[in-house]
Amino acid sequence: MPLSTLALLASFTNQVSASPKLALLAVEFPYWATTLFKLLMAFIAVLIPAGGTVYLYLFKMVSFMQSRLGPMEAGPYGSLQLMAEVGKFAQKEDIFPARADRFVFAAAPYVVLVSTFLLVLVIPFGPDAAFANFDVGVFLALAVSSLSVIGILMAGWASASKYSLLGGLRAAGQLIAYELPLVLAVVGVVIQAGSLNLQRIVQAQVEGEIFGWGALGNPFFLTQIIGFFIFLVAVQAELAQVPFDMPVAESELVSGYMTEYSGFRFLLFFIAEFATANIFAFLASVLFLGGWSLPPFVTDIFGIDSYSNAMNVIGPIVMATKMLLLTFVIYWVRFTYPRFREDQLQRFAWKFLIPLALFNIALTGFFKVAL
Amino acid sequence: MSDFLRQYLLVILFALLAVGVVGAFIGLASLLRPNRPSKGKLENYESGVDPVGSGWSQSQIRYYIFALLFVMFDVEAVFIFPWATRLEEYGYFGLLEMVIFIAILTLGLGYAWRKGVLRWA
Repeated sequence: MPLSTLALLASFTNQVSASPKLALLAVEFPYWATTLFKLLMAFIAVLIPAGGTVYLYLFKMVSFMQSRLGPMEAGPYGSLQLMAEVGKFAQKEDIFPARADRFVFAAAPYVVLVSTFLLVLVIPFGPDAAFANFDVGVFLALAVSSLSVIGILMAGWASASKYSLLGGLRAAGQLIAYELPLVLAVVGVVIQAGSLNLQRIVQAQVEGEIFGWGALGNPFFLTQIIGFFIFLVAVQAELAQVPFDMPVAESELVSGYMTEYSGFRFLLFFIAEFATANIFAFLASVLFLGGWSLPPFVTDIFGIDSYSNAMNVIGPIVMATKMLLLTFVIYWVRFTYPRFREDQLQRFAWKFLIPLALFNIALTGFFKVAL
Repeated sequence: MSDFLRQYLLVILFALLAVGVVGAFIGLASLLRPNRPSKGKLENYESGVDPVGSGWSQSQIRYYIFALLFVMFDVEAVFIFPWATRLEEYGYFGLLEMVIFIAILTLGLGYAWRKGVLRWA
């Protein structure tokens, strides 16, 4: 990576970092320029990973798991299939059902996408390469992630269709039930890091030690193994991916709350679903896998400081790797397990995950105080 | 404007970006797509037959008491987060306090469980 690019990256992202940074070239950009750059990066950070994982996992990996080739015609190995799909959706008529509540029907995709874009805002991709550095980052992420429920409920109700209404109600019931394990699982991480700031949580993992052994740092998935498990299960449910896909159960509800949507409006729900999956994977890697940092023994070998400017370039790559790993798990589970029944789904959340999460909080608290 | 407020300005800007992206997508599609509505096409989908009754039909929401439980635990989470960040300073005293708090709430969950609220009926 040429030095000028490094300097550009470093100066564009003018956020307060956890430790003093090394400025390669002190060029100050005006506020509007950095903000415009951030908005552009947000657009890229939401759409490119979504497209990538849809092709890689939803098209190709699943096909291989089912002993078929998947898309092969559009581009080499079907890599342009996504373009073809967008072209197909662009030609579809935009249908508003005659009985639908037109305003709410049209507003629903906006609400869902707003939730997705606000979620990416809190994710740090490097010591300075972050959109913002909120002191209450974890809280903000959990708050905006539940905005999408409102959009889904709006879509389900406004369609004035029985399938949509049932899908919307199921989605609301499910997202409410799995919101709690999601929130409570993060509390363990917050106790260990002692902060709600996502940068500080990364820092705590870099500088942490496991019983005096610091070569790996302390990625919280080792010490928070229960929390990590609960978080992944709850994310799967929040995304309504298969074992938890009752809201869009194809064999009974056509496609749930999206049944009456067509063309680009449907595509937007689709994009939101997969982009949110990626961003939750980003969030999980920040909370549990050490975020943008490399393990200390790796940085020692290459002689890089964990908070240096170089990490602003390496960080996004590390994050992308961890994201691909976690989304792989999400889709692996999605195409392996059969669907939960609605009562099993509720029972699993209330009678197993929530008591387990509360136990995890007490246990983590005890170890934090005792050690 | 302070850096602190600028960060929260970014929240509004990102929300506007999302609205802009959705608007741009739908606007772009409106230039390309055909528009030939017909009565049958605008009818709600109900497995290919004419819909029966209104789409906003009554349905039994079996898990509405769960929503009340949800509020209880969500408020609990709001209390736990600030405590979690300061646990190191509080020591055993803070830990004991929170364990009692969680125990009382777990008692509530246990009560709901015993009353059969969590059963599918």
